[in-house]
Amino acid sequence: MAITVPPGGAPRAARPRGEGRKALLWASPWLIGFGLFFAYPLAATVYFSFHRYDLFSLEFIGLDNYRHLLGDDRAHTAMRNTLWLVAFMVPAQTVFALGVAQLLTRLKAGAGFFRTVFYLPSLVPMVAGTVAFVFILNPATGPVNQALALLGVTGPDWFGDPAWAKPGLTLLAMWGAGNTVVIFLAALLDVPRHLYEAAAIDGAGAWRQFRDITLPTISPVIMFSAVTGVIYALQYFTQAMVAARVASGVTDSPGSSFVPGYPEGATLTLPQWLFHQGFRDFTMGYACVLALVMFAASTLLTLVLLRRFSAFTADGEGS
Amino acid sequence: MRRRLAPLAAAGIAVLALAACTAGTEDAPRLGAKPSGAASALPAATIELWHGFSADHEVKAFEDAVAGFRKKFPQITVKLVKAVEDDKIIQAVRAGQPPDVASSFSTDNVAQFCKTGMFQDLNPVIAQDGVDIGVLPQVVQNYTQFEGKRCVMPLLADAYGLYYNKKLMKGHEPPKTLSELTRLAKELTVRDSEGNIEVAGFMPSTQYYEHSISHLGTMVGGKWYNPDGTSAIGSDPAWKQLLTWQKELIDWYGHDKLEKFRKGLGQEWSADNPFHVGKVAMAIDGEWRNAMIALDAKDLDYGTAPVPVADDKPQLYGGGFISGTIIGIPRGAKNPQAAWELVKYLTTDTDGLVTLSNALRNVPTTKASLASPALKKDANFQTALDVFAHPASFSLPAHINSVYNQEAFAEFVVKWESGAVTDLDAGLAEVDKTINDKLKLAGG
Repeated sequence: MAITVPPGGAPRAARPRGEGRKALLWASPWLIGFGLFFAYPLAATVYFSFHRYDLFSLEFIGLDNYRHLLGDDRAHTAMRNTLWLVAFMVPAQTVFALGVAQLLTRLKAGAGFFRTVFYLPSLVPMVAGTVAFVFILNPATGPVNQALALLGVTGPDWFGDPAWAKPGLTLLAMWGAGNTVVIFLAALLDVPRHLYEAAAIDGAGAWRQFRDITLPTISPVIMFSAVTGVIYALQYFTQAMVAARVASGVTDSPGSSFVPGYPEGATLTLPQWLFHQGFRDFTMGYACVLALVMFAASTLLTLVLLRRFSAFTADGEGS
Repeated sequence: MRRRLAPLAAAGIAVLALAACTAGTEDAPRLGAKPSGAASALPAATIELWHGFSADHEVKAFEDAVAGFRKKFPQITVKLVKAVEDDKIIQAVRAGQPPDVASSFSTDNVAQFCKTGMFQDLNPVIAQDGVDIGVLPQVVQNYTQFEGKRCVMPLLADAYGLYYNKKLMKGHEPPKTLSELTRLAKELTVRDSEGNIEVAGFMPSTQYYEHSISHLGTMVGGKWYNPDGTSAIGSDPAWKQLLTWQKELIDWYGHDKLEKFRKGLGQEWSADNPFHVGKVAMAIDGEWRNAMIALDAKDLDYGTAPVPVADDKPQLYGGGFISGTIIGIPRGAKNPQAAWELVKYLTTDTDGLVTLSNALRNVPTTKASLASPALKKDANFQTALDVFAHPASFSLPAHINSVYNQEAFAEFVVKWESGAVTDLDAGLAEVDKTINDKLKLAGG
């Protein structure tokens, strides 16, 4: 007996009347939140990006804000710095946190103490931690360079040298990686012990076990850490601004404005420049263009990471 | 049909919603709507004044200054809110919840305040009440208005001069010209056996506290803008003259040595300020340094003088950089008439200004308060008063991108100091371009 399929494919089961409305009702908290806190701000940002907007009045100027971005050297510097942080600070922080977590799993005694020690810095307020770091790394009076001098090493001018400012911020990020350490520690402790035992019986060494058992097993956690790390780096603001301000010693006074990014633009990040354009220079339309660039970059990088991890994990769970 | 209209309606609502986000309130009473006559004619009101002062003695000084107003207008209650910065004022105005009166430490935003209408134009009430703006020195008149709108009044002023440590000066008089400054800076500098600086005669770096390019610019009379608001930095030879002099002195110190020394210095606003502790012999600073020295370095034997000027421009000697605190009435203020009476009192009443000046050690802004016998002055503070009154004194002209422009120039000068700039003319032309591009974007 032949079965006749109606045009358009197999018939769908008819939904009871009102089910769609019910679904909308149940989803409405999310929909309202999405609309208010994502869709509306995004639409407003796009709208303002085509306007000259000084926070009080609007004037349509077409693509002028976008054209200005092409010639804005400081925006380009900010983008390069932000990408540097994504490319170096995020991997450094992730690898460091993973390494510390791995060491913590091996401790036979004092594990609680060391877990606390490594977690504590993440409890220090960002501003206080950054100020302390700048003083500790002060090239003339800081204890780090003084200790290096005792060893006959001339320490770098950390936050005063354009070549060392971002590595200095990276050290700060590694010091404050306690949250990531805790997440990795939990993931590592969750790896089934019998896999290691079987691998050891088969003659696999520590590195082989780490590469073929630990990494694939905790890859979703690594992906989580990488994605949140990238988003964090793209939004990097407070530490860079505080470090620059403290290291420069300049305070805002008439005729003596602090130039963000000290030294020589090395710590200027895109969010700082965005804030500066919107709230210091009153060019909010242009700040919206920078915000859209940030949004596009974070979306793109997240998608790339998801694809990469999807390929990396054995069963594609990463996606 | 309803389905077709739905997207249109949604789009319309979205546009209305977006447009609604851009405006402050317009339904508050406007300044000058009712003529203000005798003090008793004003109805009872409670007004709020936001200011940036935060230290206890500053807050008390403000309270003392307002006491005279309270006596004059007993029906008006004044609430003072301390430690408020410009960002908060801007947000409050945008949200339609502004204070009746707001004060800012910086003159950098005056053009934006006036242009956007964030602060109300005071010209109508100034004319209505017959307030004579001529009681303010010209430089102060300039920095409190933009394109004919006087949207703020000066509360107190800052005047910059040269501070010198008498002990470190070894009997020398303070320099009057750049060549004298150079000679003394070299003579008074002390180095260790490795050439590291232990005491600097004078710090030529624009990253040293108040030695910003704006403040140093008065040494040569550097011009910032053309009449149309475009940058004059690249075309005014004064800037090249200043930067060439500055670089020669930096090279004499050695840029690396100078930077190492600078980075090891104490904080500007602390008791460890290098001038307080004898690490620099001469420094440019505002008149407030007198109060800080009195507080933190009582034993310091120092003197003050106008900043040295270019050898070929002796007419500039005696002037200096001028700025100050401003005060105005934000758009949407609920009691604008009472607010105006308070602004008028604080900015023109001689007793009120003298009270504030004596407590804060800032320069009072009217000619009468400057001449008041009640104004406390000593030789060091008198220098600031003289600089303030000097015709060659200079303030940054109000400009819609004032902060951006200063940063663009300052950023270039830092590169110049390090030796990274090989062609000064081309570099200054690039500064012009940066400033002019931004001006175009901002609609200037």
